[in-house]
This record gives sequence, C-alpha cells and structure tokens, in this order.
Amino acid sequence: MSVLVDKNTKVICQGFTGGQGTLHSEQAIAYGTQLVGGVTPGKGGSEHLGKPVFDTVRQAVEATGATASVIYVPAPFCQDSILEAVDAGIELVVCITEGIPTLDMLKVKAKIDSVGVRLIGPNCPGVITPGECKIGIMPGEIHLPGKVGIVSRSGTLTYEAVKQTTDKGYGQSTCVGIGGDPIPGSHFIDILTLFQDDPATEAIVMVGEIGGTAEEEAAEFIKANVTKPVVGYIAGVTAPPGKRMGHAGAIIAGGKGTAADKFAALEAAGVRTVKSLADIGDALSEVTGWD
Amino acid sequence: MNLHEYQAKGLFAEYGLPVSEGYAVDTADEAVAAAEKIGGDRWVVKVQVHAGGRGKAGGVKLADSTDEVRAFADQWIGKNLVTIQTDEHGQPVSKIYVESCTDIDTELYLGAVVDRGSRRIVFMASTEGGVEIEQVAEETPEKILRATIDPAVGPQPFQGRELAFQLGLKGPQIRQFTNLFMGLAKLFEDLDCSLLEINPLVVTSEGNIHCLDAKVNVDGNALYRQEKVAAMHDPSQEDEREAQAAEYNLNYVALDGNIGCMVNGAGLAMGTMDLVKLHGGNPANFLDVGGGATKEAVSEAFKIILSDENVKAVLINIFGGIVSCAVIAEGIIGAVEEVGVEVPVVVRFEGNNAALGRETLDKSGLNIIAAESLTDAAEKAVAAAGGKA
Repeated sequence: MSVLVDKNTKVICQGFTGGQGTLHSEQAIAYGTQLVGGVTPGKGGSEHLGKPVFDTVRQAVEATGATASVIYVPAPFCQDSILEAVDAGIELVVCITEGIPTLDMLKVKAKIDSVGVRLIGPNCPGVITPGECKIGIMPGEIHLPGKVGIVSRSGTLTYEAVKQTTDKGYGQSTCVGIGGDPIPGSHFIDILTLFQDDPATEAIVMVGEIGGTAEEEAAEFIKANVTKPVVGYIAGVTAPPGKRMGHAGAIIAGGKGTAADKFAALEAAGVRTVKSLADIGDALSEVTGWD
Repeated sequence: MNLHEYQAKGLFAEYGLPVSEGYAVDTADEAVAAAEKIGGDRWVVKVQVHAGGRGKAGGVKLADSTDEVRAFADQWIGKNLVTIQTDEHGQPVSKIYVESCTDIDTELYLGAVVDRGSRRIVFMASTEGGVEIEQVAEETPEKILRATIDPAVGPQPFQGRELAFQLGLKGPQIRQFTNLFMGLAKLFEDLDCSLLEINPLVVTSEGNIHCLDAKVNVDGNALYRQEKVAAMHDPSQEDEREAQAAEYNLNYVALDGNIGCMVNGAGLAMGTMDLVKLHGGNPANFLDVGGGATKEAVSEAFKIILSDENVKAVLINIFGGIVSCAVIAEGIIGAVEEVGVEVPVVVRFEGNNAALGRETLDKSGLNIIAAESLTDAAEKAVAAAGGKA
C-alpha cells in the first residue's frame, strides 16, 4: 500500500519530447514507472523513448487509460497544460515546473478544487512510491520501500529526510513534494489525510519552511486527526523578514510565517520537532521505538 | 518586483484612478520646473526609494515655496535614505516626486494581496489609514474590512459598495470608492500584481476619494508577459550582489554573518543556514544554485560569496538530485583558479555523483575540507571561520 501512486499507476508526460521531459521520463521508465506515453502537440503519432506520443491529453488518455500526468512544460504554458489534463479526466496531475505566475495558480486551484482533481506542485520534485512508481525529478536510488510517509515543501530537504529514513532501514511508503509556491495544488493537510488513512504508512515526516500558514493549519489538523507519530522540521529560523528565500512562498511577511511560530504550532499539536535537519532519522527512532 | 511610487501612480492614472498631478524628476532645476508647472503655492516632495517609512526618515516634505522644493531636491538627490525598512546604508535616491498638495479630511487604508489561506485576491480596507496597518490588524482585527475576489466571476461593484458603506463613506463618495475598487481589482489582475496598497487613501476637504500614496508589487514570475512593468525595474534599489546572482539564475540573499553558504535547493539552503546557526556560527548569505546548475553558474556563485569581505569560511552543501556533484566540483575548481581563495572551504556532497565530486576535489590539490555528514559540515565550517560567534 501507499498513497497517490503505486505499481499500477499509468502515467503520461506532458512536455514529453522536451529536454526535461525526456531526461526525467527516461529515469522514470528505468525506475519501473508505468509511463505509457506522452503528449507534445504536433508530434502525435510518433514514438519517443519507445512510447507513443499524442497531440492532446485526451487522445493519450483514451489510448492508454492513463490516470496520472506529469508536467514538464515551461511556466508560461503550465496553466493550459494542467487544465488540459483536468479536462481530459486525469485524476492526479504532478507539475514539476517552477516560476508559474501566482494569478495563474489561483485560477487553476479554483478549477481543480471544483472538479476534485488532485494536483501536486507546481515547483516540486514530484511523488514517489519507492520500488513502484516515480513521478518527478527525485533521485530514485536514495529511496527504499518502507513505512515512513514524507511530505515536504522543498525538494532537496525531502531528499535529506529520505536519505535518513533509508539509512535507518525504515524506508518510505510514499514521498510527496508539495512544492515551494504560495499557491500549491495540494497542502500539507491533503497529504497528511492520505498518510493517516494508509495502512503502509506507520509514521510521518513533515518538512516545512517559512512563509504562509500552511504548517500552522497542518498542526491543527494533526492535533485533531492524526494518530500516527509525526516528526516535523521547519527551515528558515535564520531567515530575515521581508526577504524571499528562493522559493516564491518562502518569505516572512508582516511578521507572519516565521519558523518560530511554526515550530510552536507543531509542538503544541504533539509533533516531535527537530531543530537540526540532521536529526530527522533519530527523532523518528525515538517517537516510534524502532531500532 | 517593487515599483516606485511615481511609477505606481502613473499606472493608477492610466486606470482612471484618482491621483494628484505630479512629476518624477532627476535634478533640482527639474523639481522647481515641476512645481511651477503644477502651480499653486504648496507641494509635496517625496524621495523615490523601494522602502516604507520614508516620512519618518525625512524623505517626505510639504514645501511652501519653490525654494523649499529646490532645497529638498538638493538635500536628497544622489544621497541615500535610511528608513526603518532599509539596512544601515539606506536606499539610493535618484529621483524625487513633486506633487500637488491635497487637503485631507480623513485618512483611510485600502490594500489588496494574494491571500494564501483562501487562495484568492483579498481586498482590505480600514478607517485606520496612515498608520502601520499590520499593527491595526494585530491589535484591532475588527477594524480591517475584507472583500474576497472570486476568480470565476472577478470583482463585483457590490463588494466595493459594501466596503464603502462600512468605511462610513457617504453620497458621491460611494460611487467614487466603488470605481476605485473595481479599477484596482482590474489593475491587480491585468498587471499580475502580488500586492497593491494605498496608505493613506484620503477623503479630501472637498469630500472626494483620493489616492495619496501608491504601492505596487508585481509577481516576478509574470514579468515575461508584463513587458511595460518589467521595463520599470530599477536595479539601483537592489543589493548589487543579489542582482548579479539573478543574472545567473542564482538566488542570493546577503546576511551579516561570516560563513558563506552555497547550497542546491531553497529549502536545503535555509536548512544549512539554520544548521550553521545551531552550531554557533553565523551565515553570511543564502544562496541556492538551483537544480540545473552549470559549471559557470557555480563558479559565479563562488565568486559572489567571496566578494563579501566578511566571509571567513565557505560551506558547500549539495544534495545532488538533478545536479551532479561532479559538475559542482568543477565549478568550484574553476572559480578558485580564476579568483583565488584564501578562506577555508568545507564541502559536503551527497546524492548524484557525490563520490566522483569528492574525488575531483581531492585531485585538484585545493585546500578543501571534506565533511562526512550535515552536522560534521556545520561544525567544521564554524571552526574554520574562527569558532563560535
């Protein structure tokens, strides 16, 4: 068991024949992901990486039965690509691209919420269920099939958490990078809900960062709904207010969204927090009693 | 991206929103000419910098004669203005804005932001204008009125009317405010704003709604489709190194510590700064080399870090996902050969081609301190920079 994706998930790639799409699709296929084809308008009918290329997502879905799509198209075209996937009946859209205008995401978010499609990202590493399905740009080899669910706003911080849980031998049920943008398709709460309901997930690692109040909302949710042990880390204790720290969403604005606020909210919800990101694995051992 | 007040007011004027007649000028002569062109015997002169708190810092003045206009221009053009929102050096003043004077009856607040919680554009209005609105929101949240824009249907006049009546406006002011609300909402969407603020929005002594200040921030991700706004970019208002880094798609933010950090990924870059602090050191910067870092970008990143003379040690922390540690290693070697390096460099490589990256650095003969783990890297960097702060 896992969340969002498993060995049966059929995936198509939008932006399949581009540089990023090609690079990461090759890796996904090598990992064992059921990547069943791709979409590049104008290249329909051809083949790429041994898979069929379609002109539209609708054609790809009809021909392959895909239920998930991963998007590598440039930021100016992502709103269109996401909405095309939604309209074609894709259930899970994973958008890796960074730099999408915020107002585009407001429209996209309103649409996906109204039709019940799940969007992961944008500006994220993607989703992986180790040993079964890799959708995104994460390095597959650091993962290990296992029992920890990981959800994070940051790509490389996800990898740190993955490595520590792999080194401990615990492995991961599923890892979800929700992305560093101000308006993500999925929030911590969406993913925490899935992990709480997933029998394969025995403990959860949540990696947040400064900016917004998603971690505070997640803390409230955990307090009321999550019975599994949760380890939490927040990046950005040393970040000064008013300075955007790389991610579009990582900014302390109007005194809100500080790391201290978020740590306090998580601790009040019974989450085992770590101040050093090197301590995630050890904290997991502590809260679970695992060797 | 931030705009200057004069640029924001120029946009307001194009949208038919009520702003004063005013001119942005570069010299004292032009300032006097602008005042004469506007006419009257009283003007407002304001320095144009990307920072709030100008009034308290002396950057805004009522001038009762053209001599006073000239004196203000002479005093500020070419100087730096230090406000509570700037660093100790302040922001350079290259333009001042000369504006007709408005007689004020009441000061209000009107602003709009992309609200992350509701995932909507939200307007905020308050009768408590002219003061720190964050403070009002904190202490008397009931005094902040809100209107949420539905992305499906856009702004509606009734929302403007509701705010207007709640603000206690009367008669023709209701229509004026509603027009302002609708115009601002259109401007927000047309120009991909991330923030709009009018503080204060005033009722003049004649009873008209009028925008006394204007602040506009535009979404940097949308500049590709906002050519006109993008052309308003004023690099003089940015940290030189941050601007240089941006040219290479690097995210750099200067801080005041002595351990230079070079990391891939924004989250890990913040996490690395936090680790340095946790182990008793002080980070000199945030620097994300990004996921697709090239040898040239890494080399440039290294040079930018070293251009900060406070830097006593450099900590490089790379978790190779897409980016290969071997490429980072070559970038480091290239930069060191080009500019030389006199401070210790601590490197922690993990992930994609980590072993090859370490080997490349080993063979280079450079003085590199290899770190075994995150904690080890932070401890070694703090020690290399001269121990705990």
